[in-house]
Amino acid sequence: VALKSTRRNLQRELMDSHAINDLKKLLGADAVLHRPEELLLYEYDGSVEIARPNCVAFPRNTKDVVGIVQIANRYQIPIIGRGAGTGLSGGALARQGGILIVFSRMNRILEIDVENQRAVVQPGVVNADLSVAVAHTGLHFAPDPSSQKASTIGGNVSENSGGPHTLAYGVTTNHVYSLEAVLPTGELVRLGSLALDSPGYDLPGLFVGSEGTLALITEITVKLTRLPETVKTLLAIFDTVDDATETVVDITARGITPTACEMLDGWTIRAVEAYVHAGFPVDCAAVLLLEVDGVREAAEQHAEDVADVCRLHRAREVRVARDARERDLLWKGRKNAFGAVGRLSPTYYVQDGVIPRTKLPQTLRRINEIGEKYGFEIGNIFHAGDGNLHPIILFDAREEKQFQRAVATADEIIGFCIEMGGSITGEHGVGMEKDRLMPLLFTEDDMNLMRRVRDAYNPAGLLNPGKIFPNTKGCGEIHVRPLPVAGVSRA
Amino acid sequence: MNTASATVSSRLADIVGPSSVVSDPAQLAAFAVDDKKPSASVSPQSAAEILEIVKYARKGKLAIVVTGARTKSGIGLPPRQYDIALDITRLDRVVSYDPGDLTLSVEAGIPLHKLAAIIAEHHQFLPLAVPYFDRTTIGGTIASGVDGPLRQLYGTARDYLLGMEFVTGEGVAAKSGGRVVKNVTGYDIHKLMIGALGTLGVITRINFKTFPMLSSSRAFVASFQTLERAAGMRNRVSQSHLAPITMEIFGSAVANLFANDAAKRIAPASIPESIFPRSRWIFTSGFAGNPNALARYETDLRKMAEECGAVDTAVLEGPQLASAFALKREFIPIALSSSPATTILKISVLPRQIVEALTAATREAENRRLPWVAMARGVGVIYFAMLPTESGEATKQQVVQASENILSSCAALGGHATIPWCPAALKNALKVWGLPRADFAQMLKLKKVFDPDGIFSPGRFVGGI
Repeated sequence: VALKSTRRNLQRELMDSHAINDLKKLLGADAVLHRPEELLLYEYDGSVEIARPNCVAFPRNTKDVVGIVQIANRYQIPIIGRGAGTGLSGGALARQGGILIVFSRMNRILEIDVENQRAVVQPGVVNADLSVAVAHTGLHFAPDPSSQKASTIGGNVSENSGGPHTLAYGVTTNHVYSLEAVLPTGELVRLGSLALDSPGYDLPGLFVGSEGTLALITEITVKLTRLPETVKTLLAIFDTVDDATETVVDITARGITPTACEMLDGWTIRAVEAYVHAGFPVDCAAVLLLEVDGVREAAEQHAEDVADVCRLHRAREVRVARDARERDLLWKGRKNAFGAVGRLSPTYYVQDGVIPRTKLPQTLRRINEIGEKYGFEIGNIFHAGDGNLHPIILFDAREEKQFQRAVATADEIIGFCIEMGGSITGEHGVGMEKDRLMPLLFTEDDMNLMRRVRDAYNPAGLLNPGKIFPNTKGCGEIHVRPLPVAGVSRA
Repeated sequence: MNTASATVSSRLADIVGPSSVVSDPAQLAAFAVDDKKPSASVSPQSAAEILEIVKYARKGKLAIVVTGARTKSGIGLPPRQYDIALDITRLDRVVSYDPGDLTLSVEAGIPLHKLAAIIAEHHQFLPLAVPYFDRTTIGGTIASGVDGPLRQLYGTARDYLLGMEFVTGEGVAAKSGGRVVKNVTGYDIHKLMIGALGTLGVITRINFKTFPMLSSSRAFVASFQTLERAAGMRNRVSQSHLAPITMEIFGSAVANLFANDAAKRIAPASIPESIFPRSRWIFTSGFAGNPNALARYETDLRKMAEECGAVDTAVLEGPQLASAFALKREFIPIALSSSPATTILKISVLPRQIVEALTAATREAENRRLPWVAMARGVGVIYFAMLPTESGEATKQQVVQASENILSSCAALGGHATIPWCPAALKNALKVWGLPRADFAQMLKLKKVFDPDGIFSPGRFVGGI
């Protein structure tokens, strides 16, 4: 048996070296990485998972991508697309090895159509760069994941990313018109169209958010949204977490839709203040960061309405940002919160459960109890307006027992979310981190249908294998959870 | 009744009880799709019964067409085979509604107006202001993929549908999505079901996000001498900070259309000709907000209209506003009722191509002396109706030729067009689903996964799926 397996490994290595040579021929030697020290950077993303690819390839255009896929097919090697690697569920990791296709060189904005409010971009364009490029026209790309200064639009499309302002503006899928993609068979396809209501099945609707398991996206046509005339940003400060969560419930129930409604608990605020100095009061139990926008007359009214509800629920103080500088500072505090937390602990584990918004108060109380039970400090910083939680569990990954306890803590929190009628992931994706939790939401029939949809486009399973769906029996592969490294990404 | 259809009926009766099966040919006429009648219609009361019906149909190679209020059975090609009408109107329950969370889960057969009334009690609504509003079911609305004027601000069903339960052609009950407003767990299969005309599965349950009802609203109406000026107004508004809830341009013959009997039934408060004048292009846009915001919209819109060369402007509220909104919403049924041979094209282009696309369409109609009306949504979706006054062979040829040319001119613009509504007799001659699409092969792959034996509405959908 040992001999057999050695022979198989040798064959594998030989094949890999052939594949690497082919890749170098196709892309040039400077566009292929394969030495162990070069691969180190690519064996992790923003999640707590690790998986090392056999090599990394940097295509410059769609033709390169087709060529890489053909090479992968020739040697039957897995292929995995990757943007900036800021994902939080291991979506862009080579779980079963293979060629990691990094889109950082396909980072051109191909077309900006101001009049029709559309842009065509390559997948490696950084989210925030598109908004910067069109800012002078009064437009922006609305999906704003907190990673937007680094994460790519291709990655956003694959994960159907959210962000604070998706509460009113919608997630990535609501902003994508059409896609050019390379199927894992090497076929180049265009899905959807520039004009609305493309006849037939909503293929972009299926492919956006498919976590890189159906196709490699090579071009994206997105919607550009007009920047609002007036933006009002409010910081409501509370002495109890319950008051803050009850405020969110009440704002929703009253039919007020802020464009953003973020909550940070006291623990997180203190971490943030020590690092960002955003001006959050360190002695409070929670703050809500609220934003409303629109024409001046509407935004001013909404700001007053929101402030009234906050005061009704005993907000100690409601501050309104006086200018863009103050507003930016408040948002800096929010968007850099995960970086701030990273200074407190060698490792942290961020969850992404969603609950019906009416269940916020009891869920936050429960998370606190679960933390106490397992002996962890859990910080909460999240998209309160749409019930998308991000509990942060601090632990030391160097202790295997602690890691296992952290995972148990996270699982119990997710279990409670589902009990509340919620979901296991609101914006981070299932990836290789939550695949084992899928059966909590979906039946075997549900998942089989989804697997067969995947197999229809990804018949040999070469594209991003081992993601989203739990391993079925008989597959023979057991995933050994690697030791995590420090979380570095933001949510 | 022949023996084959007697067997079908009796087997269906075993599943749902004899009182829920119709096999009388006279009664079955009501379920006809393009003059083709089924052998039986069946009205299940649960998703479990639907599952059994589909399993039976699959085993017996019987074709199912799912029906609701049957307001839009005319969309698509004639079915290649049609054995069972699966009537979903008895699945009409609200499964759960959490007004505090603005989420809703309903069975597919619930009438849309009934649902709207239930959630209106909590000052909420669904932005599905679609044609046949007073009759259509929620399932039929989603499966047919029809749109409405509110898409200007709220988008279409794909933007606020949270999840779905359905039965596939293999006789498997499955689901996707969930009931929370933000969720990326698993593939968004429910999006595929929107506008799929029931060719992938029988929708049994749908979860939605609901919206707080708007504070007071108004509509701004401006008439223009030319389409170019009316479209200029559309462009002007979309470049401003205003975020209207609706925005449409109507072709110059719409005043006549809105004076017909069907229009009068739909819009009890008549709209004076001074507001919808004949021989003018009419721009209408709804907006909502507090008194200050309403005043701002009014002032800005009037100013923009003046700059764009409007002949007349008006602001509608109260019953007139309700009537104007209903006319916009029911444009398609009104157009269908005004001629026995109405043919309606749905044209999609970029917003800045509305003038070009509509000019090409009107030229084709006018060259052939075919009366026409048009409604162009600000987002670039145009409904272009040809209303021949008679249905002779020569006229048919004219309609076919005009439609052909319009399809090509849209394609030349990089857009696309389909012909969702036309007389059944024209379906063989018309490209109902428009020109062939490059992504069709990718659609076929899905059909094979969901309905490998092709038992759901065979032949009716894009490319004969």
